[in-house]
Amino acid sequence: MDKTIKKSSLKVSENGLEKTSSPKRLEVLKTYKIYIGGQFPRTESGRYYQPTNAAGKTLANVCLSSRKDFRDAVVSARGAVSGWSGRAAFNRSQILYRMAEMLEGRKAQFIDELMQQDATKAKAEKEVNLAIDRLIYYAGWCDKFQQIFSAVNPVASSHFNFSVPEPTGVVSIIAPQGDSLLGLVSVIAPVIAGGNTCIVLASETRPLCAVTFAEVLNSSDLPGGVVNILTGKPAELASWFVDHMDVNATIYCENNSEIKKMMQEKSASNLKRITFYDKVNWYNEEGQSPYFIMDTQEVKTTWHPVENIAGAGGGY
Amino acid sequence: MAIAKSSQLIHDFALSPRIDQVGVEERASRFTKRSIKNEAKENGLKLVLNMIDLTTLEGKDTDGKVKQLCYKAMHPHDALADIPTVAAICVYPSMVKVAKKALGDSGIKVASVATAFPSGQAPKEIKIRDTKYAVNEGADEVDMVISRGKFHTGEYNFVFDEIAAIKEACGDARLKVILETGELGTYDKVRRASDIAMHAGADFIKTSTGKIQPAATMPVTLVMLEAIRDFYYKTGKMIGMKPAGGISKSKLALHYLVMVKEVLGEDWLNNEWFRFGASSLANDVLMQLVKLKTGQYQSANYFSVD
Repeated sequence: MDKTIKKSSLKVSENGLEKTSSPKRLEVLKTYKIYIGGQFPRTESGRYYQPTNAAGKTLANVCLSSRKDFRDAVVSARGAVSGWSGRAAFNRSQILYRMAEMLEGRKAQFIDELMQQDATKAKAEKEVNLAIDRLIYYAGWCDKFQQIFSAVNPVASSHFNFSVPEPTGVVSIIAPQGDSLLGLVSVIAPVIAGGNTCIVLASETRPLCAVTFAEVLNSSDLPGGVVNILTGKPAELASWFVDHMDVNATIYCENNSEIKKMMQEKSASNLKRITFYDKVNWYNEEGQSPYFIMDTQEVKTTWHPVENIAGAGGGY
Repeated sequence: MAIAKSSQLIHDFALSPRIDQVGVEERASRFTKRSIKNEAKENGLKLVLNMIDLTTLEGKDTDGKVKQLCYKAMHPHDALADIPTVAAICVYPSMVKVAKKALGDSGIKVASVATAFPSGQAPKEIKIRDTKYAVNEGADEVDMVISRGKFHTGEYNFVFDEIAAIKEACGDARLKVILETGELGTYDKVRRASDIAMHAGADFIKTSTGKIQPAATMPVTLVMLEAIRDFYYKTGKMIGMKPAGGISKSKLALHYLVMVKEVLGEDWLNNEWFRFGASSLANDVLMQLVKLKTGQYQSANYFSVD
């Protein structure tokens, strides 16, 4: 008796299954989280926002980072400075090259995300290719810009006097709003190529690529904390980016004159370098140059008594 | 008669209460969920600063280092008006005289570790002489270590007698007894060692030397605070508490204050009954105080290097 009931009910459910099931499945959507110290936490504030594309489609639920996320990111960035700047320049070069390799391997995903964010296929392909090439470009400069920008200085006393660029430390960056991948890569790469660490606020309206780029960083031997990526609103976070006493330089890539003025005023507290990249076209030659590296370098000069380095009767 | 009375109070240490590990850890984690902001935070931070035993216990300590630390104790951060000084300076016996002279009449105490710190592996006579030396040099407080080896082999009487002997050698100096909880292994043993120390005459019980990991944790401190509470109910005598080692962030220090307040009450919330043994905590507290005042997140570059 029992058996027959079970059998029949089984049959019904089987039929039901056959009717409703189709090859479609529930898509597994990615949670777009922030990147701090080599980890992917959610924002401590628990807040999120929903950027949309031109067609009005919601792109994702994206973390709306708070000043405390920024503060945590500065702690990791500061912690990573000595390790990263202490590496051989050649090793930094290898790691930037590795980042390019990883980005190349995930090209399709980036093109797809750029297209969700209103780019045409041709433009998206171009942007991803340029981003990869830009990483290679700065990978090449890692161990070369020092030679170009160093100098042996003639002095009137018996000293060997030389000047070399050294990383300034922790750099906070508000990335370009428009070119959400190429712009991001173009501002991060010169900063870390020079041995700095950074905290980057991604494009507010087009944040998808930035979070995926964090995954690329995470799988490319880049030590945690060297690059930290936040998503959120520049209007809310800009003042914290420039106010923090443990940040040594700030880069701002938009042309909001109010924010620019505020940044210049606030940077006075600990004499931060403030750099504006508001008129750079990241798509052509002006978008890459070793001078971008020098924007976050400090030139240090050493006086070395010649007696100590020359042998007896040395020719200095 | 008095002896008979106190010996009645001394219980069989093998019968110290057993500790519910899961319960203690869960209870301790609840103290970290409080939100402390604005004025409450500022008052809390000032209290933390005032409870710090600024510590240097290194083989490479010099007179100059100790003098510098004493200056820091008296002037934590001159850019900030109306902040308190720290509670004490904690040094090796050989540095007590230097510290005492440097601190002058500032009211800041000098605490000295003694009894073959940090291992405690020396004969009793040497430990007593070590203690007497520190006290004669001018130490206001003595931080002793218990013999963990003897404790583990169950020789509780030995541990008890040793603490009592050191207490006698201290004279007027207050005695802090370091249990070195990182070497005791279980909460049951921490509780038992706390009971032994308090019954033997400790004025303070202290978690760690700072030389062994793990040092102070919130659950282990909770176990000791509860031992102090039970001892107080039983005898009416207040005992101080000093977690030491591993507390380097102000937020964590504020969590400890919450725990003290909720386990022992406000009577313990001052530097006579509660201390933090720390070296880097002071700077973090100062950075937070400046942040509260200016609204700017601070950088270690602008605070004195200890």
